[in-house]
Amino acid sequence: MSHHIVEVKDLKYSYPDGTPALDGISFLITHGESVAVVGSNGAGKSTLLHHLNGYLTPTSGMVRIGDLPLSKSTVQAVRRSVGMVFQDPDDQLFMPTVADDVAFGPLNLGLPLEEVNDRVDRALTTVGALHLKNRPPYKLSGGEKRSVAIASTLSMSPDILVMDEPSANLDPQARRRLIELLSTFTHTKIIATHDLDMALDLCDRTIILHGGLITADGPTLDIFRDSALLRRSHLEKPLSMQGCPACGSMAVK
Amino acid sequence: MAKIESTFFDIGYLDTLSYQQSPIHRLDPRAKLIVTLVFVVAVVSFDRYEISGLLGFFLFPVVMVSLGDLPLGYLLKKLLLVAPFAVFIGIFNPILDRQVMIVMGPLAISGGWVSFISILLRFGLTVTAALILIATSSFAGVCLALERLKVPRSFAVQLLFLYRYLFVLIAETRRLLRARTLRSFDGRGLGIKVVGSLIGHLLLRTLNRGRRIYLAMLCRGFDGEIHTMRRLKMTGWDFIFMFGWILFFIVIRNHNLPQLIGNLLTGVF
Repeated sequence: MSHHIVEVKDLKYSYPDGTPALDGISFLITHGESVAVVGSNGAGKSTLLHHLNGYLTPTSGMVRIGDLPLSKSTVQAVRRSVGMVFQDPDDQLFMPTVADDVAFGPLNLGLPLEEVNDRVDRALTTVGALHLKNRPPYKLSGGEKRSVAIASTLSMSPDILVMDEPSANLDPQARRRLIELLSTFTHTKIIATHDLDMALDLCDRTIILHGGLITADGPTLDIFRDSALLRRSHLEKPLSMQGCPACGSMAVK
Repeated sequence: MAKIESTFFDIGYLDTLSYQQSPIHRLDPRAKLIVTLVFVVAVVSFDRYEISGLLGFFLFPVVMVSLGDLPLGYLLKKLLLVAPFAVFIGIFNPILDRQVMIVMGPLAISGGWVSFISILLRFGLTVTAALILIATSSFAGVCLALERLKVPRSFAVQLLFLYRYLFVLIAETRRLLRARTLRSFDGRGLGIKVVGSLIGHLLLRTLNRGRRIYLAMLCRGFDGEIHTMRRLKMTGWDFIFMFGWILFFIVIRNHNLPQLIGNLLTGVF
């Protein structure tokens, strides 16, 4: 199943005004892996994600999704297999109703109407939002919008899910539901986040970005145990790995 | 600021109304759109001093509101909200045009007043018709109808997006205004310079959002064409509705209805 592979080789990118954002990044993510991309604000996380579906073109270096090196001629195929969930669901939900929005991708793929209907229902059922089907997106709560945004990528049956801060702006319960939902997915997952506890729950592997470079890439637990590394990268141990402020005991992990 | 918030919720309400079920709501949006357009053209095509000829046209909103089960009070309130525009357009007519046109006993009414009232009537009729169209077809339905009627696609898509992101834009403006208000004291910080920077920010944010939305569309295979699942079908009822009203509009455009009724009554008695 080589088409679930994400390979980035010596990726460099500077913004048109000359600001360097990525300064030579390489990694290989294999089928079914769940990887957290963490780092301080402005470390280049979003810039990196925007390369994975060809929205940005590298200044130098290469991105390969499955068998396809990303280029102008393959970008359509790549976008079909990489589903992207945006940080702000309002950017992603632009159609008049939830059903229209979830159907947007499949209709663009040229699928027959019954198949599209089927996919819409299936995607909405997966995220537990079937009851919102005929509502306009601007009337949904933050958690509902997030679920629908995820459904609107799922309906295209992507192989790889790329998510930018999926747990941002969610209340604790909605966040927990999201984590449980994501843990049921078998897709290759790449999650950019500041929510290190979620990274701990969902991702076996973590990549730390700092100043446009990868400063660490390895098993999540190992990385989060390294206090010095975290400090250098402007991060902190996940709360669940810190001591308990009430009873004073250290967490065991 | 409070005003912006309440207006915001009201727009949403207009859309909520369109999810009702009624004989009018079930009609094809294309039929309603065409009838509304013919209605508007017929109403504005009258001579500037016409009043009695316009009265017959009130039958259309009355029938649509009652059959479509729309809240009359809400529509009238919306109408009042935009009424100042019409008032300003016509307010100088009574001053500039003082020629007496109608004499009712001791009361002499000048042409200016007559045309002013005519403007208000036309305004009331056309705006109500537009509100009714959206409240019975939803904004998205109207956009879809436009597209099916071969209006350039980019125009229909623009309208659709305008409506969707109006809510986001209002929310963003509200946040900016709130941030300004909370840090302005004694009227300082509320000046035109700040407003300029505020609008500039809003524009930049909008551009950025536009870019992100476009990216989101590309991610899901957008190729310049918006496909929807909705299928429209004109039934017999749609044609009856359409041609019935159009015929009625043509008749009362060319024959003064109140006069006809008046003649009929005086003829009988």
